[in-house]
Amino acid sequence: MSAPAHVPVLALAILLSQLLLGLAMACALWRIIRGPRAQDRVLALDSLYTTAMLLLLSYGVATARTLYFEVALGIGLLGFTGTAALAKFLMRGEVIE
Amino acid sequence: MSGAPLLPQWAGFLVGLLLLSGAAVTLVGAIGLLRFRSFYERVHAPTLGSTIGMALILLASLLSVSTGQGRPVVHELLVALFVTLTTPIALVLLARAALHRDRAEGSLRVPPERDEDGQPQSRPESRPLSRE
Repeated sequence: MSAPAHVPVLALAILLSQLLLGLAMACALWRIIRGPRAQDRVLALDSLYTTAMLLLLSYGVATARTLYFEVALGIGLLGFTGTAALAKFLMRGEVIE
Repeated sequence: MSGAPLLPQWAGFLVGLLLLSGAAVTLVGAIGLLRFRSFYERVHAPTLGSTIGMALILLASLLSVSTGQGRPVVHELLVALFVTLTTPIALVLLARAALHRDRAEGSLRVPPERDEDGQPQSRPESRPLSRE
């Protein structure tokens, strides 16, 4: 096993995967803008926050800090609550009855 | 800062490969979100990112942190467990809300509600098929 060192290919791979994830977020954003209906926008928002969570995890790999992981966990928790509340709103017109 | 952690050669390659493939799968799901025609088709697409894409990127993160610190670090499994539990619940809720809304509008493109015997109920106000 070789000694720990900066692997130059890894920096490139991290940058490229961040670009791909950013492109995925742009797709979701376009779906939020276009609609055509409210449920499409909620679905795209769900996809947007999942992708943002993955992007934060890739930053965590790049910097080797656990801070990004904790933020990703927070996004995962709050995003689910948001999607569930919005779905409830679309179903009944109320979030808390 | 070079934007890459200090890792052995083999771990560096593996982490890069896992990250790239996870990001690519997520992008394919997001393109599906753009390209599919109806909501009920679109609801399937982004789950690529929240299953395989999520798993691959978390695996990359797990491998990177574990080899970087020289001991197994598994707190990424927490995120994996959480996303795996919550995504289907949220999307089923959303799809049911969408179905409810389409039925309330009398849309003929969704199947009608069924009673206890499994017979389709008559629609309250059926409208002629509208080209949409």
